[in-house]
Amino acid sequence: MITPILARQEGWNRQPEIVPDGEGELLEVAMGPHHPSTHGVFRMDVTLDGERIIKLKPVFGYLHRNHEQLGETMSYLAIMPYTDRLDYFSSLSNNWGYALAVEKLAGIQVPERAEYLRVILAELTRIQNHASSVGFLIQDMGASGTPLMYAFKEREKILDLFESLTGSRMMCNYMRFGGCRVDTTAEWLNQARKVVAGIPAFADEFEALLTTNEILMARTQGTGILKPELAVNAGITGPLLRASGVNYDIRKVDKYGIYDRFDFKVPLGEHGDVYDRFMLRLLELRQSVRILEQAFKDIPEGPIMDPKSKIRGFRPKPGEAYGRIEAPKGELGYYVISDGTGNPYRYRVRPPSFVNLTILEDMCLGQNVADVVLILGSIDIVLGEVDR
Amino acid sequence: MKTNEEIKAAIEAAVPGAGVEIINNPSPSAQHSLLLQRETAFAVAQFLRDDAELAFDYLSNVTGVDWLDKEIVEKVKVKKTVTKTVDGVEQQVEETVDETRKHVEPGYLETVYHLYSMAKKHGPLILRLRTANRTDQVELPSFTPIWRSAEFQEREIFDLYGIVYTGHPDLRRILMWEGFKDHPMRKDYVEPDDFEYEPTAHDAVLKRAQEHQAKAASAQNGGAA
Repeated sequence: MITPILARQEGWNRQPEIVPDGEGELLEVAMGPHHPSTHGVFRMDVTLDGERIIKLKPVFGYLHRNHEQLGETMSYLAIMPYTDRLDYFSSLSNNWGYALAVEKLAGIQVPERAEYLRVILAELTRIQNHASSVGFLIQDMGASGTPLMYAFKEREKILDLFESLTGSRMMCNYMRFGGCRVDTTAEWLNQARKVVAGIPAFADEFEALLTTNEILMARTQGTGILKPELAVNAGITGPLLRASGVNYDIRKVDKYGIYDRFDFKVPLGEHGDVYDRFMLRLLELRQSVRILEQAFKDIPEGPIMDPKSKIRGFRPKPGEAYGRIEAPKGELGYYVISDGTGNPYRYRVRPPSFVNLTILEDMCLGQNVADVVLILGSIDIVLGEVDR
Repeated sequence: MKTNEEIKAAIEAAVPGAGVEIINNPSPSAQHSLLLQRETAFAVAQFLRDDAELAFDYLSNVTGVDWLDKEIVEKVKVKKTVTKTVDGVEQQVEETVDETRKHVEPGYLETVYHLYSMAKKHGPLILRLRTANRTDQVELPSFTPIWRSAEFQEREIFDLYGIVYTGHPDLRRILMWEGFKDHPMRKDYVEPDDFEYEPTAHDAVLKRAQEHQAKAASAQNGGAA
């Protein structure tokens, strides 16, 4: 663990600038906005000295739709389906974060079965997000298709579960203030158990295929190193932070929902390079399986909605609340200010991908231009969340 | 974690003249916040990060809020001396009269910071900073030199609310495009109705058609007369 007080001189929280060697000319390249490796519409203005990166400025906002202002014009509940569109890979986590913030604001309790359902769905979301993000990372490296399709095969099974429960594969709109929208059936839980039971085999296969692959190791080990001091100072969260060796998982720190009941470990990286982030996601995926097995065993019968929470005419008392969860990509926070009317006075999303992009330049300086794609892939961004 | 009162006392001991004010939050979340002064905020933030016991090394969330001018209408009872004719004699009589008074509380832009500690695993501590007004004095100190995580988030607030952070290394628009004029998250922002207006051939054709129809109508009228 890092100490809070470090010798801090001017500019310590920024990578020092790289001085070009003076031979030849500098080349400015715009990578993106339409580039397959940017996972959306995202541009990097890169300055190159030969193949080395001298400067990199991320440019985004192409998908900006002022999500926060949209939220101010509609009722509390009507925002819920819009949160699906933030990180469209893990809409159920987004739902939970928003529900948590509003529950804090209005002081709503959640019944036990609903809490278990939330944990089950959030961990399934984490598994499919990590599987596909690792698949995309390998795809960016040039292993076209095969590993990604292995990952997507598993993701597809989980999306089918989401569809049969919520009616939608990706835009689930499932959580409500004080519970969940529909209850599961015993059949659904059995089906989910079967899917989860198959995931360790998938992870074994995936690791056997890739983790000791010579090309993968040569490309990712020692690439895009992020020091823990910088990671903490820059507010990096999620797998990116833990790959740098900082033990900070909001499921363990805040114990929101019922996460204090589950026995699971927080995997940590050692070097903070792209390889560590890749491995860490696979390890977290196995921990999610552990949580799910316990949740399937313990889930009680009972109501899934707090009977006191109002759906229509929901008007929390004036005040404010900040609720945060450990989304697959990092800390997802919602900040809501109520003025006593039916729609929030201020509605703010603290997206993990947006803040994690702060140190993209620092990780890329001095690296080869081909590694930028890898480093960006290892941050795991979703532009729906960055641009909002 | 220390309570807000203890943190306030610690700040005032470490930074003389800090002038911290506790803002209460009446909602069940009970997340109360500390209002800082613009002049001393940077020193206070540095203290909060570097103090061994508080150790707020992680700035999670930075966000802007726009508070418009508020017109407050109060009914006040005022004592007045009135000249009245009582029993045929003019007298000076004291009376209490209801009076409505209006005054405008000036609006301001606010930045809210949510601090946590990764070393001590506590939080949140909520800080607030307010600008002097909403129009010309919108400068606040930037916390980016202390917490790098403020870099993009302060740029976003600058873009959407128009708060200018002094000391920010790279204060540019981040979500809206360069050359965009207004600040769209402000409460009094009016969306222009010709956002994506481009003159097209369509308009020219429409104009010609209207001219033609007017001419044709007048010719017809002239023919009838």
